[in-house]
Amino acid sequence: MKKDYSKLWILFRSMFVLSACTFGGGFVIVSLMKKKYVEELAWLEEDEMLDVTAITQSAPGPLPVNASVIIGYRIAGVVGALTAILGTILPPMVIISVISLFYEQFRTNPYIATALQVMRAGVAAVIFDVVINLAGNVVKTGRFLYMTMMVVAFVSTYFLGVSAMLIILVCLGIGLADLFLDLKKNNTYKNKENKKGRV
Amino acid sequence: MLMVKLFFSFIWVGLFSVGGGYAAIPLIQDQIVHIHHLMTMEEFSDLVTVAEMTPGPISINSATFVGMRTAGVYGVLLCTIGCIIPSFCICLTLAYFYYKYRTVSGVQVVLGALRPAVVALIASAGASILTLGLFQAELYDIVFSQLRIVELVIFVGALVILRKYKTSAVAIIFGSGVVGTLAYGLMGAI
Repeated sequence: MKKDYSKLWILFRSMFVLSACTFGGGFVIVSLMKKKYVEELAWLEEDEMLDVTAITQSAPGPLPVNASVIIGYRIAGVVGALTAILGTILPPMVIISVISLFYEQFRTNPYIATALQVMRAGVAAVIFDVVINLAGNVVKTGRFLYMTMMVVAFVSTYFLGVSAMLIILVCLGIGLADLFLDLKKNNTYKNKENKKGRV
Repeated sequence: MLMVKLFFSFIWVGLFSVGGGYAAIPLIQDQIVHIHHLMTMEEFSDLVTVAEMTPGPISINSATFVGMRTAGVYGVLLCTIGCIIPSFCICLTLAYFYYKYRTVSGVQVVLGALRPAVVALIASAGASILTLGLFQAELYDIVFSQLRIVELVIFVGALVILRKYKTSAVAIIFGSGVVGTLAYGLMGAI
């Protein structure tokens, strides 16, 4: 893996901006990171971004921090991870420090409340944009298993409130079973080849 | 002593909040309200409101808020650093192994099964935020007659712009905040 220290400043700046604008949970920032690092800067591949998301979801701690550590490490090793984490935590630290001093005014201001409410529509649009691309690629794999898993996972989390952690664990199980079947199939194939070879 | 308490409380929170920000809230409540009595329950519920209303991860927001209220700027630094130390160590290790073994074909097969799940999780987060945006209520509490037209127009408009042009996400989010607030302001609904 190549380390590229020349990207450190862009890494810090982009993490800082993303963190400052992420309203809502961890998956919001993952969509924004996908747009930034896969589509705009082309630093990561799309599959890699999804893998990183699965890893960050399974590790303890805040998802955006976890994701920035892994992406930072990918770009410039440990120094990159430190740079990225700094970019991610600075905006909330500054914003909350200021707000904690006069949060009563902040909480009851009707303009802020309205802006935050309507921004949800914008955030949702960004996530849907990313999801349309991602889901399209899952369909393109042509694997019925993957498409079914995607639909079932969506219904379970959105409609039934199943936790993300459980979804990841079950799919990890399916992946391991898939690998097992794959290896078994290859072995029988190899055995047949061997027998043919002997005749 | 207060500083030590804060630092270790947030290492604990960082280490055991598996599965996103909302998992951290009960852990912080335990540490700060029940065990160390650094805040009252009322202050804590303010914390949750503010942490949700502002950008950034909920646990970092809470760490900063608790730190600032109990011990000022040093408190902010200690709490936040405590909160991210476990993440940093664990994710660095995971990243090391991921990049070392990710090209192994067996690992690819297993990761391949995780990808559709991640897409579904992101979609579900988007759907939940859209529900809140359009109805100001959770999925099972929505009333269809209370559909908010301004938010619906912004959502559709923003999505069309995103699909047609390569617009930056940040511009879309702030743009929708400005347009929506103006629209409600002109309607006299604020």
